[in-house]
Amino acid sequence: MPGFIPEAAAQAADARPAPLDLVLRVNGTEHRLTLDPRTTLLDALREHLHLTGSKKGCGLGQCGACTVRMDGKGVKSCLSLAALVEGREITTIEGLAQGDQLHPLQAAFIERDAFQCGYCTSGQIMAGVACIAEGHAGSPQEIRDWMSGNLCRCGAYDHIVAAIQDAAGATGPARGG
Amino acid sequence: MTTALIGQPISRVDGRRKVTGAATYVAEFQAPGLVHGAIVRSTVANGRIASIDSSAAQQAPGVIAVLTHQNAPKLAYRAHKGAPDPGIGERLHVLQADRVSHQGQPVALVIAEGLEQAVHAAMLVRVTYAPEAAITDIARAEPVPLTPPSETRRGDPDGALAAAEVKLGQTYVIPRENHNPIEMHATIASWDGDSLTLWDKTQWVHNVADEIAAVFGIPARNVRVISPFVGGAFGSALRTWPHVTLAALGARVAGRPVKIMLSRREMYYGTGFRPHTVQRVALGASRDGRLGAILHNGDQETSTYEEFTEALLNATGFLHSCPNVNTRHRLAPMNVHTPTYMRGPGEASGIFAIESAMDELAVALNIDPVELRLRNEPEQDEFRQLPFSSRSTRECYQAAAERFGWSRRNSEPRSMRDGRQLIGWGMATATYGAGRAPASAMARLLPDGTAEVASAASDMGPGTWTSMTQVAAETLGLPIERVRFTLGDTRLPRAPVHGGSITMASVGSAVQAACRKAREDALARGGGTNDVTEAMRRIGQPVEASVDSTPGDESQRFSMHAFGAVFVEVAVDPDLGETRVRRIVGAYGAGRIVNPKLARSQCVGGMIGGIGMALMEHSVVDGRNGRVSNANFAEYAVPVHADAPPVMDVIFVEEHDPHVNPLGVKGVGEIAMVGVAPAITNAIFHATGKRIRELPVTPDKLL
Repeated sequence: MPGFIPEAAAQAADARPAPLDLVLRVNGTEHRLTLDPRTTLLDALREHLHLTGSKKGCGLGQCGACTVRMDGKGVKSCLSLAALVEGREITTIEGLAQGDQLHPLQAAFIERDAFQCGYCTSGQIMAGVACIAEGHAGSPQEIRDWMSGNLCRCGAYDHIVAAIQDAAGATGPARGG
Repeated sequence: MTTALIGQPISRVDGRRKVTGAATYVAEFQAPGLVHGAIVRSTVANGRIASIDSSAAQQAPGVIAVLTHQNAPKLAYRAHKGAPDPGIGERLHVLQADRVSHQGQPVALVIAEGLEQAVHAAMLVRVTYAPEAAITDIARAEPVPLTPPSETRRGDPDGALAAAEVKLGQTYVIPRENHNPIEMHATIASWDGDSLTLWDKTQWVHNVADEIAAVFGIPARNVRVISPFVGGAFGSALRTWPHVTLAALGARVAGRPVKIMLSRREMYYGTGFRPHTVQRVALGASRDGRLGAILHNGDQETSTYEEFTEALLNATGFLHSCPNVNTRHRLAPMNVHTPTYMRGPGEASGIFAIESAMDELAVALNIDPVELRLRNEPEQDEFRQLPFSSRSTRECYQAAAERFGWSRRNSEPRSMRDGRQLIGWGMATATYGAGRAPASAMARLLPDGTAEVASAASDMGPGTWTSMTQVAAETLGLPIERVRFTLGDTRLPRAPVHGGSITMASVGSAVQAACRKAREDALARGGGTNDVTEAMRRIGQPVEASVDSTPGDESQRFSMHAFGAVFVEVAVDPDLGETRVRRIVGAYGAGRIVNPKLARSQCVGGMIGGIGMALMEHSVVDGRNGRVSNANFAEYAVPVHADAPPVMDVIFVEEHDPHVNPLGVKGVGEIAMVGVAPAITNAIFHATGKRIRELPVTPDKLL
């Protein structure tokens, strides 16, 4: 909330940043962009590439709705500056399905009704894919612990855990992956 | 022939869009030439703006305009009150004068080409204030009667309390809570001459059009509001808040579409909250557990400019049988922005007090808490002197108690353990009104055997898309995949507010009526067939029906509510004071359940919300200046995956209500939140012997 920023901090931030040219690799496609250097990866995806599947729920790394995979690991895209992730392989929710074929976790989310409003869902699925791939879907309790950075205000948690268990059973854990 | 669809556990028809990122929430619409708005907010809670210097902001890169009360266009602010607006008072006018009535009030709007540029330039706006004394601490606020005063009395409550064999009186406190949907509020505004299009996060598109039309002094038909997906709201998107006006104002001045998405911190300053309540409950009873007197007083915070009230004390009059009852509701005007309805509004707060007090009475009488409630089960609504359209509390107690294993409970506090953990079992009753409002819907059968059905309803998560498709397909006699339901656009037939658990009853009844009429028309013209698909093939052109569906006088003849019972097991760490909810079983008599799969999701979601209310949620207001000192998800704790109980059980008891509405539904969205918090605190008492009467029950309160 701008009114609450201390004056000194605001003045220190009063630089005139020159736009940056950069290339983002998202879902296997290279995108050339000219961005304000302050642009986060999340805002680059949503505002500039119009890949709006990644959601903004706080902008502070506290809710997990913006979770994407970067070089195979789950990261919060609101905490990454776009300029610092040039050349990294970024996968968003839009890149998860194989054509019309949903990823097993996407299918399990529908089957288990693992969402209501759907706004945290992209982040839950991307984090869930990482949870399975990184070998942390061994038990409901382990899933709950590893998924606790992804908030769901509708309270779909037990259905999300069930969906991750289903998908982990379908895909098998790839430990250390 | 088609099979029955109403009552089937069908997966969400919008599920694929939600799991692929294809569901488009309002901030994600594209408008050519879109620019961004950032709001500058007051840093004092009361006073006048002494000066605003926006020169640095004006000169910052990308800035198109800086609007303040000094240069903003004067707005009409014609009288308008929608159903969610407080009946008394006047809504906040933005950028129209130098007065500031609360912390976080918008004082300037920056429009810039880029999001980062707008946010940065907003930091450069320098505002000074002439502050005045502010009331931001509810302990110092003076409660006053509502306009008109809200006090009810039957029998002789004071005399009955004085004469009661057993009596108790306690104060119960619930702090301010914020809805905190994961999607932050957002609006895109785009003008075309005198016509305005708003993509707005809202639970009621038509009310946004009506309100913004009133604010700008233009006809409501000139305002189109689009809101197909709502990323949670829980009441925060019932009203049309000032940032919607600011987006439209900014777009008008900039001559380009403007997007405003609030920050998470801003969500604590301009989109309402569940008000802080202080409730005093006194109960009088005979030794055999018959209630003789209930006195229930409730005070809650509101703003200085509107009287926000909710049904805080309504359930007290009919939940349990009692001949002598007094309720008194008061408001404490403070320098805060106006509170609003939050999931289970009124009942969730009021029933926390009543059901806590009932548990205290059960302990005082040494009667099982379920048995105490059964002994005070009313035969009718004793407040309104009307029969219930249906009431399944007994069935709920029985079903939930049996599933939970309540008969194995040792009533002695601190008697149950699991290792070093103290185990507690508690329960509470729940209720929420079963309302219905006028709604309209359109059904259009097409020659190819498909159908389009529409109503300007919302779906903030309960599954309106899906449940309406089920009702439509079954009524039309078509397979569900041949029916496409559309919502969330003022160009569609008008629907009522998406809140108060009335959507299924209201919009569902309209959809059913429109589909019935379309089917009858098609069969009448279809040359004698009873197959609507064949009839449509023969007719060869669309058959359309629109229906305005309104409630009858049933709410005058019956007291209509959903009822439920919630049973909880907690484990309390005796050394750390940490409470974990291990099991919740909820049983609900909520009429007909259109989609048990989605209804279960709503109910477990309400349980999770109740865990937050009981154990975590508290918007900490700095009493010196009205700032919320934990206005983010790191410090305002909400339940996370690890807080979800391993066992969550939802039971819908069989209930046929022929009176409540044509579909016989009552809705579950609100009642799911009600009763959870007192069931948890009652379980905590059973585990620890400590009665905590102020939420949330954080570890410090148990040490």
